[in-house]
Amino acid sequence: MAKSKMKDDYKNQIKDFQPKPPYFLNCLKAFLIGGFICMVGQGIQNFYIEVFNFSEKDAGNPTAATLILLSAILTGLGIYDKLGQFAGAGSAVPITGFANSMTSAAMEHRSEGIVLGVATNMFKLAGSVIVFGVVAAYVVGIIRYLYGLAF
Amino acid sequence: MKLTGKQTWQFENPLFVHSSGTAVGPKEAEGPLGQLFDIKHKELHCGEDNWELAERRLMEQAIEQCLKKGNKTSDDVDLFLAGDLLNQNVTSNYVARHLQVPFLCMFGACSTSMETVALGSALVDGGFANTVLASTSSHNATAERQFRFPTEYGGQKPDTATFTVSGSGAVLINKEVSNIKITSATIGQVADLGIADPFDMGSAMAPAAADTITQHLKDLNRTPDDYDMIITGDLSGVGSPIVKELLKQEGYDVHNKHNDCGLMIYRPDQKVFAGGSGCACSAVVTYSHIFNELQSGNLSRVLVVATGALLSPTMIQQKETIPTIAHGVVFERTDRGADS
Repeated sequence: MAKSKMKDDYKNQIKDFQPKPPYFLNCLKAFLIGGFICMVGQGIQNFYIEVFNFSEKDAGNPTAATLILLSAILTGLGIYDKLGQFAGAGSAVPITGFANSMTSAAMEHRSEGIVLGVATNMFKLAGSVIVFGVVAAYVVGIIRYLYGLAF
Repeated sequence: MKLTGKQTWQFENPLFVHSSGTAVGPKEAEGPLGQLFDIKHKELHCGEDNWELAERRLMEQAIEQCLKKGNKTSDDVDLFLAGDLLNQNVTSNYVARHLQVPFLCMFGACSTSMETVALGSALVDGGFANTVLASTSSHNATAERQFRFPTEYGGQKPDTATFTVSGSGAVLINKEVSNIKITSATIGQVADLGIADPFDMGSAMAPAAADTITQHLKDLNRTPDDYDMIITGDLSGVGSPIVKELLKQEGYDVHNKHNDCGLMIYRPDQKVFAGGSGCACSAVVTYSHIFNELQSGNLSRVLVVATGALLSPTMIQQKETIPTIAHGVVFERTDRGADS
């Protein structure tokens, strides 16, 4: 008798019962929304160049700041998490996703006070991005330096 | 005989559900069972400043309704059994602070509803209390914060994820005759078949539910046909077909008997992924809908198996798998004929 067949190899046996993630559709959605966010960013950059006569390089910082502000506002209004469920990596990878992780953590811990709640927990999710960003920049910087010495 | 078979308690005295109360959040109120709940909040904050207070309010209101409907006050309660999902069971502890009755705090994750009812019934049966109040609660935002991410974080969840029910259920157990009798309970053992994905708790908990149901039927020498309904707590759309398959392999066909509270509480179009979960899921469905059906005679014997994923985010990060448990309690209509 094939008793407890399923239990013996549970993790593989239950695969048929689990809905398959729609990889292609998710990629497409991420591509479109991610691209759209970048397009908005480009529009903002052009705006700063055209209206305020920034150079292309100088327009970068106010553009990033504007995107961060927009993302924080959308997070506060409860829209960004719905966008995130729809777009996945498309809304997580751009700088708006970084701003969302900070704003959402800050909002979540508001009830524990400004210092120990908001300030302590603000980088709970974004902290790892900063750590690895700094480490990666350091490593790349050293490689670039050594490359410069060699040639 | 009290301990029957390996894990089942058969109560010797007639024990009854004296009254029950439920309080829920907005999404649950919009669901198919919405009109059955006693208190329905229009907003997830439930009129409070933060999520933890909101959950506390839900439990307080469920208890208030339960006592009111049963014509009792907290002075009539000999023992309060409660638990929730938060660290240190804060909701239950703070509710007990204002209730001022002897209190035992319990944790069984989402199996807490039937854990408290089973133990409460045993204590009334054994004469250690005349009236026991059992309650449990969960809140979507407090659970998200504790087990997952901040509520407004834009992470993508897979379709196997579940949606924590915001609500609370309370039930009063004593020996005063009513329409609903509590006749037996089966205490589960921890099952863990190696699932480590906190976004797929249905798959993780199905073996625990199957174990408890199988053991229950074996201990009492019954078949699924002896029940009008066998309901599980929060296996959702993923775990429900798995538990049916697991039971089939044990020789029990529950296809037309089984339902899951996580599938009953929401409509599929409410954006709840695979279905509802949380302590309140089995509690609010059982203490409203199932009790109503028993009262009205549409059901006469129901086995409620509350399923709990004993999940800890720290343990998951340390690459551990998720231990799970399930406890079952049998509710019967009092005028049901002698036990077959």
